[in-house]
Amino acid sequence: MKSNLAESELMYSGHTGCPGCGATIAMRFFLKALGHETMMVIPACCWTVIAGPYPQSTLQVPIIHTAFETGAAVASGVRAALDIKGDTKTTVVTWAGDGGTFDIGFQALSGAVERNEDIIYVCYDNEAYMNTGVQRSSSTPYGAWTSTTPGNAWKKIAKKNIMEIMAAHRIPYTATASIAFPEDLVKKVEKAKHIKGTRFLHIFASCPTGWQIPSEMSIKIARLAVQTNIFPLYEVEDGVRYTINYMPKRYLVNEYFRPQGRFKHLTDEDLQVIQGMVNENWELLLRKANNTKGVI
Amino acid sequence: MKRVLEGSQAVAEAVRLAKVQVVSAYPITPQTHIVEYISEYCATGKMEAKFLRVESEHSAMAVLIGAATAGVRTFTSTSSQGLALMHELLHWAAGARLPVVMAEVNRALAPAWNVWTDQTDSLSQRDTGWIQLYCEDSQEVLDTTLQAFRIAESVNLPVMVVLDAFYLSHTYESVDIPDQEEVDQFLPSFHPKFQMDAKNPCAFNQLAPPGVYMEMRYNMHSAMEQTLNYFGKVEDEFNRVLGRRYGAVEAVQCEDAEIIFITSGTVTSTCRYVIEKLRKQEEKVGLLKIKMFRPFPVDAIRRLISSVKKAAVIDRNFSFGASGIFAQEVRASLCNIPQHPVVFGYVVGLGGRDITPEVLEDIYWHTKKNEIPEQENQWIGLREVDHEIESC
Repeated sequence: MKSNLAESELMYSGHTGCPGCGATIAMRFFLKALGHETMMVIPACCWTVIAGPYPQSTLQVPIIHTAFETGAAVASGVRAALDIKGDTKTTVVTWAGDGGTFDIGFQALSGAVERNEDIIYVCYDNEAYMNTGVQRSSSTPYGAWTSTTPGNAWKKIAKKNIMEIMAAHRIPYTATASIAFPEDLVKKVEKAKHIKGTRFLHIFASCPTGWQIPSEMSIKIARLAVQTNIFPLYEVEDGVRYTINYMPKRYLVNEYFRPQGRFKHLTDEDLQVIQGMVNENWELLLRKANNTKGVI
Repeated sequence: MKRVLEGSQAVAEAVRLAKVQVVSAYPITPQTHIVEYISEYCATGKMEAKFLRVESEHSAMAVLIGAATAGVRTFTSTSSQGLALMHELLHWAAGARLPVVMAEVNRALAPAWNVWTDQTDSLSQRDTGWIQLYCEDSQEVLDTTLQAFRIAESVNLPVMVVLDAFYLSHTYESVDIPDQEEVDQFLPSFHPKFQMDAKNPCAFNQLAPPGVYMEMRYNMHSAMEQTLNYFGKVEDEFNRVLGRRYGAVEAVQCEDAEIIFITSGTVTSTCRYVIEKLRKQEEKVGLLKIKMFRPFPVDAIRRLISSVKKAAVIDRNFSFGASGIFAQEVRASLCNIPQHPVVFGYVVGLGGRDITPEVLEDIYWHTKKNEIPEQENQWIGLREVDHEIESC
């Protein structure tokens, strides 16, 4: 298969991410697809550190670092400034973690999305507050250990479904993507680039440090998340037209869970419960896609 | 051209004349009229600005942080709870050295709910790095808002133009509205030194380790210090084009005064009336109006009132566990000069309670009667208060 990845790099080497960091891989693919006419808004998240301390920068596009809960609002402001100056070519991007998206930045995100701001909002999801030392977020999946859900207090509440919430705002484009499927990711970024209005990309970005996996497992785990239906690849246009981009092999969830230290306390019975939850979510997604003939 | 308009519209007229490019706001009484006028100007084409009607004051400031970093002139307005919600981003806008201008309508903080005037909201933001300018009447509101952009864009610090709820925001007065040509002469378009630019990619507001952070803060301090001097130049220029000036402080009949009032905001006008009346009774009384609260004009205050015997500071605000906030600042300004007036701190008019001429006269006679203050905070006009505190 011929790769659709651009040769050019908009990320310098020498970033300060952990070995195997999925958030770093996500940024590299994302910028390859989007190109240099990009302005990046980064609220507090791992990328605050990965982008490098003053006076260095990992990226070859302008970055405005900003407060934790302001990613979508600051991007709205940058967009407004560019619009009033007549610059309609530059794409404004918010690049936020799951904490800054699902939790503290949620209000500003819903506000910006309701206004249908002409921005691409990317949530690179590593499923906890990794930069501060693996505390649980509302994106942390059912079953996970984190430093604030230790021992028997492992998280017993399901992950918030951010995709459905974004789609419910009826924005033009909402899509999931994964660092393990770069061609699909690049295709979606290129598609998003040419759509006007709010585009939301939910990128699954594994975190070897927080998930307690060897760094060389980063991509494999991300691939398994898709193959087990835990993180399906799909897109929603105008909040209603669903397309599933990858029909999984329906691997069992234990293949994804067993290699990860954060799930090591789970019993076979726990995994049965989780398998049931994953199946239910998948059936629901299939029905939505079937409604709009969006099953590939 | 003279027109009779609300203080709120005086703000909006200044924002229109300043050709602000991005406005973002969230409604809160008594700020609402300001943003309603600006909305109308944007909708009817009187202003060519992007107006972002966001879901909170926090996002309003965040939008302006983004827009100003991308190089355009920005404005917002808020009050009370809204300002408190913005607090984090007030630090951010100042630390990022962004020339955001905000009209802040002084309103009491809850609980209990109270929409009336009280300065504690803006004064609580004194350490955020914002320049703060307090206004006495609607003409001053309009003029100060125009000056605010010039100051902000010159020293790279945000400016808060502060006006009293209702006494200014909702009161109609005659206001001279300058022509666009005059304003353009005074206020050139905004060309920032640094801005987000895809052709020259830079990172803004990034991680700064201990080795560089402190100098960044010192630079902010230096910019504040420059502001004191720069404000005079801006006023000279404004006076040349538009024929009005106010001063960071204004001394009224202080030369031979033995007792002076120190005021800010609309109570100053009441005080002007009271000192005229007392002067007719041959009382040696004067008035020092403080317009600029940050940076605090320490030198001017020392120069103008060091020969006075007593200063009665009128505070429509309070810092719990300490005292009225202007009184604190005045005491701190004077303590290192050997001969200085005794400072009497009076707390009045919280939550919009009237400060009548009679209240100010009482304060005068009280100050005259006592050699030194009976207490550091004299609360004036209190009704029966149950002082019993549960023993612990």
